[in-house]
Amino acid sequence: MRNAFADEMTKLAATDPRLVVLSGDIGNKLFDKFKAVDELRFYNCGIAEANMMGVAAGMALSGLRPFVYTITPFTTTRCFEQIRVDVCYHHAPVVIVGTGSGLSYSDLGPTHHSLEDMAILRTLPGMRVVAPCDASELRQVLHEVLKDNSPTYIRIGKKGEADIHEATPDLKLGKVLVIRTGIDVALFCAGNMMAETLKAADLLAQSGVFAEVVSFHTVKPLDTDYLTQAAKRFKLVVTVEEHSRIGGFGSAVAEWRMSQKHQITQVSFGTDDVFMHEVGTQAYARNKFGLTADNIASSILATLGK
Amino acid sequence: MMRTHDLAGLAKTASILRSRIIETSSKTGTPHLGSCLSCVDILTALYFDVLNIDPVNPKAPDRDRCILSKGHGAMGLFHVLAERGFYPLSDLDSYGQDGGVFAEHPPTPEHLAGIEAATGSLGHGLPLGLGMAMAGRIQGRRYKVYVVLGDGECNEGSVWEAAMLASAQHVSNLCVIVDFNKWQATGRSQEVMALDPLADKWKAFGWNAVEVDGHDFEELLGALDHFPGTNGRPTAIIAHTVKGKGVSFMEDDNNWHYRIPTADEVIQAKKDLGVLQ
Repeated sequence: MRNAFADEMTKLAATDPRLVVLSGDIGNKLFDKFKAVDELRFYNCGIAEANMMGVAAGMALSGLRPFVYTITPFTTTRCFEQIRVDVCYHHAPVVIVGTGSGLSYSDLGPTHHSLEDMAILRTLPGMRVVAPCDASELRQVLHEVLKDNSPTYIRIGKKGEADIHEATPDLKLGKVLVIRTGIDVALFCAGNMMAETLKAADLLAQSGVFAEVVSFHTVKPLDTDYLTQAAKRFKLVVTVEEHSRIGGFGSAVAEWRMSQKHQITQVSFGTDDVFMHEVGTQAYARNKFGLTADNIASSILATLGK
Repeated sequence: MMRTHDLAGLAKTASILRSRIIETSSKTGTPHLGSCLSCVDILTALYFDVLNIDPVNPKAPDRDRCILSKGHGAMGLFHVLAERGFYPLSDLDSYGQDGGVFAEHPPTPEHLAGIEAATGSLGHGLPLGLGMAMAGRIQGRRYKVYVVLGDGECNEGSVWEAAMLASAQHVSNLCVIVDFNKWQATGRSQEVMALDPLADKWKAFGWNAVEVDGHDFEELLGALDHFPGTNGRPTAIIAHTVKGKGVSFMEDDNNWHYRIPTADEVIQAKKDLGVLQ
């Protein structure tokens, strides 16, 4: 996804003079083509994320559209107060991009895991929280965020994620993309777990359970129009995210459920309330937290009594 | 050629502003009086002599930007902006009242004309100002950005993160003025975080740094006249100030970080300031 980010930003910068990229001392080569468009609009702000976020807000308050890019914990939890005060309190149109989110950097240890970012950022007034499931969604998101002046947080993976959409999706922020229609259960995924979620749907189909699979690329604002009609069609909804089950996408859906008259059962898949102290690849970490197609499918079947 | 300055007029304006600030503190129970009085002369020099701003067109793209990063000095800034014509002085009658915008810290620019950034949490103003200064360069605008910091505020790491980036990027249209009153909330700034030698710190970070008497308009404006420097560096003016400046019983007494003056103390303060016979 990060290559798609750099590529799409380069294309956008060629026609939009407001675009600026601020990097926290990563991805230097990644942005060579962007820098070729206009070297005055790329800044390596060093390993100083609090300042980088304030600089971005200052630029946004001066008419520019800065994108802040670094590894997710450092562009979210590290500088949360700058996001809260400089970006959100001022409603400055800064786009914060967290790369390697979730367990993408699993083998780098918990300092580089980001399993709390959506939880804390969606508490901020005016902040939009976006988790595209593949490169094509990300490219569309980059176009869409420039259409208004809302601060936005985009969490992306690193590289090599599977392409989900065969064609460029007609993505609108705050409106879900239904990947597959179904009748028995709805699987809602935010972000890079979509390939695993689709595999889970395939396994369910083998047991005669036909799942709707939906990309909730926008976690805030939630697509409550879709949820309202889905609530009429499904008794069981399932949320899947590479994020803590506390406060993230699943919690957002649970908050919405509280306002509903109809009883809807929800099962949430995400990471446990622990730091991972053992070494492991992303696949190992996902397996540890039950974020696999097998576990998702078997848990759903158990919930359905099948 | 150096510009000429109305030094006597600025001094008179500053005394009137101090008097109004003290009245507001007493009337509304707003603290941080000592901190407001130490930076009044700095703000007066900026807003009544230096800044290229127009109260009728407060969002003009080419205007100079000034951020009071030590947001607890807001009471001073509010009076400065009223006197400068951004809104009527009578608007400050709503100070501290429910539903108003005048409180202990500056609101956002969308909520009060003349404000460039909402501050209050320390260490935010310089990164914001740096971003504005860099934006000016990107957009080919010639405006300047001024950021007023407290000395206690220089405890914050984000100040020094910004100082390094400004230096690395040669952001010469950025000027910091440190209101160096030697106090922070609970003690001497030197004792709490070993701030000295402050000018040398800014120089070591690649800035032009000069020390002035922050209550002497000739010295303050002399330093501001030399900004931007010709060597491509950002500028730091270390303004030595006195907390509670202008009122005999408040000067260098850190109790006035939080104390509220009584009606009798307001009268005495006005006598000290020469605005009450």
